[in-house]
Amino acid sequence: MIQLLAFYLFAIIVCVSGACTILSRNPVHSVLWLILAFFNAAGLMVLVGAEFIAMLLVIVYVGAVAVLFLFVVMMLDIDFTELRAGVMKYAAVGALLALALVAEIIVAVGAWSAGTLALGRRVAPVQDGVPNIEAIGQLLYTRYLFVFEGAGLVLLVAMIGAIVLTYRKRSDVRPQNIARQNARRAKDATRNMNPAVGQGMDL
Amino acid sequence: MITLTHYLVVSAILFTMGVLGIFMNRKNLIVILMAIELILLSVNLNFVAFSSFLHDLVGQVFAMFVLTVAAGEAAIGLAILVIYFRGRGTISVDDVNRMKG
Repeated sequence: MIQLLAFYLFAIIVCVSGACTILSRNPVHSVLWLILAFFNAAGLMVLVGAEFIAMLLVIVYVGAVAVLFLFVVMMLDIDFTELRAGVMKYAAVGALLALALVAEIIVAVGAWSAGTLALGRRVAPVQDGVPNIEAIGQLLYTRYLFVFEGAGLVLLVAMIGAIVLTYRKRSDVRPQNIARQNARRAKDATRNMNPAVGQGMDL
Repeated sequence: MITLTHYLVVSAILFTMGVLGIFMNRKNLIVILMAIELILLSVNLNFVAFSSFLHDLVGQVFAMFVLTVAAGEAAIGLAILVIYFRGRGTISVDDVNRMKG
């Protein structure tokens, strides 16, 4: 009973915050609604016993992706009122399309739920008594090791790509050049002079 | 009693919300990226729900990979957005076709 209550609470909040994400005028509010949606989706996942993915969702999405969005939205000086000009023009056809899509999906799900679904052969059956995180860890580091490393590679490429894309050499600032500093030696920078008395010296 | 259908319906609504977001905010690139995140979230919800109700952990493992790809996609997408804004001073999607050549 309490589970059902929690489910409906999370489900309603996730749907409402998803709607507010795409409808709100201010993109900063959009990001904050997105964070709320992620939190509640994590709650939904906890309800079915997938704690690891739920915590990952909170850490990765709320901790990294949403903050990245927030940074970009606040960093760029964008005139958002101009960008919202065509929204109402597209809203009608968009809503029609969305309604058709959701109706189709729900009808499909309803038609399926008339029968039952069972896997003929489970690849990694859930064992009783083994915590979710432990079971996923065992699966991830044995059967899916190479896929896991591939995921790491994807993140590495994304990181390098983001740095390469946004890096620019600016001519109006004078940044520190550590390699040049370290390569400089005393004999390149100083001279030992022994000028005669009464004479100056050329620099 | 929560059934799989409950989760599938929530996920369907969330997915549709993402598609609608792409449709409605056709000029605002940031909100389009957020709508894509919503779509990926609904896919993850589907994966996890099926994994849990079929007692097979593989769905959760693949939800993690979807999460990885979504994080990379957000990083690259926002990087492209930033350089696009630097070059043009706007993030309107209508002008993106000028990026070619």
